[in-house]
Amino acid sequence: MTIRLSTLLGATALCAVAGYASAQDTTITIATVNNGDMIRMQGLTDDFTAKNPDIAVEWVTLEENVLRQRVTTDVATKGGQYDVMTIGTYEVPIWGKQGWLVSLNDLPESYDADDILPAIRGGLTVDGEMYAAPFYGESSMVMYRTDLMEKAGLEMPEAPTWDFIKEAAAAMTDKDNEIYGICLRGKAGWGENMAFLTAMSNSYGARWFDENWQPQFDSDAWKATLTDYLELMNNYGPPGSSSNGFNENLSLFQTGKCGMWIDATVAASFVTNPTDSTVADKVGFALAPDKGLGKRGNWLWAWSLGIPAGTQKEEAAKKFIEWATSKEYLALVAEKEGWPNVPPGTRQSLYDNPEYQKVPFAAMTLQSINAADPTNPTVDPVPYTGVQFVAIPEFQGIGTAVGQQFSAALAGQMSAEDALAAAQTLTKREMTRAGYIK
Amino acid sequence: MARAVSTNRKITVTVIAWSIGFLIFFPILWTILTSFKTEAEAIASPPSFLFFEWTTENYGIVMERSNYFLHFMNSVVISVGSTLIGLLIAVPAAWSMAFVPGKNTKNVLMWMLSTKMLPPVGVLIPIYLIFKNVGLLDTRTGLVIVLTLINLPIIIWMLYTYFKEIPVDILEAARMDGANLRNEIIYILTPMAVPGIASTMLLNIILAWNEAFWTLNLTAANAAPLTAFIASYSSPEGLFYAKLSAASTMAIAPILIMGWFSQKQLVRGLTFGAVK
Amino acid sequence: MSTQHSRSAARLMISPSVILLLAWMIIPLSLTLYFSFLRYNLLMPGANPFVGFENYTYFLTDPAFFTALTNTLLLVGGVLVITIIGGVLLALLLDQPMWGQGIVRILVIAPFFVMPTVSALVWKNMFMNPVNGLFAYMAKAVGLQPFDFLAVAPLASIIVIVSWQWLPFATLILLTAMQSLDSERLEAAEMDGAGPFARFFYMVVPHLSRAITVVILIQTIFLLSIFAEILVTTNGGPGNASTNLTYLVYAQSLLQFDVGGGSAGGVVAIILANIVAIFLMRMIGKNLDA
Repeated sequence: MTIRLSTLLGATALCAVAGYASAQDTTITIATVNNGDMIRMQGLTDDFTAKNPDIAVEWVTLEENVLRQRVTTDVATKGGQYDVMTIGTYEVPIWGKQGWLVSLNDLPESYDADDILPAIRGGLTVDGEMYAAPFYGESSMVMYRTDLMEKAGLEMPEAPTWDFIKEAAAAMTDKDNEIYGICLRGKAGWGENMAFLTAMSNSYGARWFDENWQPQFDSDAWKATLTDYLELMNNYGPPGSSSNGFNENLSLFQTGKCGMWIDATVAASFVTNPTDSTVADKVGFALAPDKGLGKRGNWLWAWSLGIPAGTQKEEAAKKFIEWATSKEYLALVAEKEGWPNVPPGTRQSLYDNPEYQKVPFAAMTLQSINAADPTNPTVDPVPYTGVQFVAIPEFQGIGTAVGQQFSAALAGQMSAEDALAAAQTLTKREMTRAGYIK
Repeated sequence: MARAVSTNRKITVTVIAWSIGFLIFFPILWTILTSFKTEAEAIASPPSFLFFEWTTENYGIVMERSNYFLHFMNSVVISVGSTLIGLLIAVPAAWSMAFVPGKNTKNVLMWMLSTKMLPPVGVLIPIYLIFKNVGLLDTRTGLVIVLTLINLPIIIWMLYTYFKEIPVDILEAARMDGANLRNEIIYILTPMAVPGIASTMLLNIILAWNEAFWTLNLTAANAAPLTAFIASYSSPEGLFYAKLSAASTMAIAPILIMGWFSQKQLVRGLTFGAVK
Repeated sequence: MSTQHSRSAARLMISPSVILLLAWMIIPLSLTLYFSFLRYNLLMPGANPFVGFENYTYFLTDPAFFTALTNTLLLVGGVLVITIIGGVLLALLLDQPMWGQGIVRILVIAPFFVMPTVSALVWKNMFMNPVNGLFAYMAKAVGLQPFDFLAVAPLASIIVIVSWQWLPFATLILLTAMQSLDSERLEAAEMDGAGPFARFFYMVVPHLSRAITVVILIQTIFLLSIFAEILVTTNGGPGNASTNLTYLVYAQSLLQFDVGGGSAGGVVAIILANIVAIFLMRMIGKNLDA
């Protein structure tokens, strides 16, 4: 045993030495999410290191929740474990304000920052400083089965209303054949069911807080939102929807079990990909529904790359970000994997490209992104920014706790009224504690 | 087997035991099977058990995406290292508690076990700050230290129960013959204690291998063991059952194989000590 | 019996562990205790004012607190009951003569080697998922509506998953204990006319009591801090239906990054765990003297 162990340790030491011998001048560590587009980026690392032979890249790829927990702990304690972090539009404004991120305003002219979609760029900018560069952007939209819609004798308008969605869901549902009219997120979490419900509530004219940070879950608009959501899901949704997140719904849709699915625009490239999806050629797209109040129920999100302040390797990290979010990177992906797999939603030039315009979901994605307005998310004025979230540090906790209540309502463990009352109480409690409510 | 057993009864017992064993093992078997399917096949309804197109593409993808060997080596170094260091500290402590018990021995032992009840999430931030300041973040050394400490109480307690079973008379006799403390430990105690030590060691390697909170939260690129490797395959966007199954199989296979080969050791140690 | 010399030697030998564990306990504990009196959120750096017991008040008056407390006890108790009863039955079974005993034993202990995260992921996605899971398929095959385990019975489902992981451990310990039972005495009792139940309750169970104690002790230590399984499967929900204390502390400290509140929760959890520990020691401490 001892002998074997020492051999083992010896081998490890050798490996370590070998690793050092071939190491380049700078090694940057990149923390990222295990989503398809990032995995693709990891696969294309060679292109970056070929252009920058003095920089080596180490990847830490983690599941979204674990990643968020890791990078937040690290940036807040100045742990210095990562040189590039993948963060979302929720983190960037908060971290930027704290001075935790390096400003990216000094990227070279050739990077063409003005090409970045204004809605996305605005969400990553604090006081004129852009603190992260968008890797891909998304909004939400309706994805539906053209064949089932036809069978139901209906036609999906380009900009449907919630009433139409309900009508269509009823017409498409065929539970005996495991076809459910509508699939929506039900899994608790601020980035899961609350992302959808908050965006939906915006179109119903509801808001999280009034101008004095008083929670608004006792409003009629929230009540209407939750009641309609529960009605849709209980009557026309799949079983087990209270544990369904993006992924669960994706596999339901891909296996032909959903008539409609309202979720992230990036899902479009998955559901139209014939290797994974059984319904690839039968998918149509439409804008997120509205209620005639002038706001649509779509959100805005961008996974972005930022550099934690205090890293020793700022220059190398900047070079990497410049590479990964450049026009050239988009072209590189298009060349290797085809246009539908290009990370969407960041640059106007991509949508101006006639090649990309042939991609079936390109136009709808751009239209959805442009329809979202993080500074005026809903009908009434609000003291916060963010469409499907409230950009304050407390929101992760509160949003998830509220999500738990709504998820319990969906699971049938409590009524809509009780869930809203519980949400109101707990939000008020946390906001009082945090000092927003005086 | 002192008494004759009717063949009928033996058949019945065999059938029942095999069915239950199969049921308990089934989730693992299913994971292994799924790892050889394509993603579409993995969620197909009705599910196919053996008659599908076997493919190793998932393993290829996983190997390409992750540095499996690095994670594997980290897991080995961390679990074996923390167990060996733990034993080094624990053997003398358990020895003295078993053979020279004092008034407070029991209380000390119970106190040690109670440190194991510290909820790790509550102390992550303090530990993270300390580790940052002494430069132990994302190092194998750091993880070996943490895992040694969290498993030390269990090691001490297990060894203590083994040592207590060693008849004191033998030690007294040795002392009469002039053996000193060192010789006592080396020549008399150790051979008697080896099965107990071996099974403690095995159990702790398993526990350390599977520890997923500290190993995930204190590492980034360099020292991340297999638990972090798994975290990069759980719930990504898109279909993932087959890839997750492949990664899971790769993460549990080493410890499973070690466990199976050493189960006789594990059992022999347990028979000797704790529960007799 | 022991000389002064061996006594001091013993103290010398025990001291490294004591010092290390003391340091391991006291340093984070005192920091946690200190943080628990501050308003300290990682996401809002700046002055961290002393706020007295405010964090404790908030943690203890959290509507989820009592649910979490009961869930913790149910989780620990449920898993203990299942693994001990199941373990005794399995041990009895495996103790019988049969063909291929070694292989069956290997099959039965296998779940113990599986990482908690992996087993939770596998159970959640491949078995309990109401659409793509194997259980759902089986239900549909016999014409039943698939049961949505993690939504309708979240805590029970988690208990099942955790029990699956710990059953091998209990079985292994109980089996080794069973094998040391004197079979001749059992036979003698059988000759004297004791039925199988009498033999089981009057001879086997008392013989196993010490092994059961060991199982309870070790498992309780691990079960009190169950966390990964909940995070992966239900995120503590729906509602708070599967939130235990550890998860509540997690939500406070790593979801809200409220170090103050999380620390207060941690201190509360430590105190409660120690109360459980004291009870446990009182109840079963005698058994360990043997």
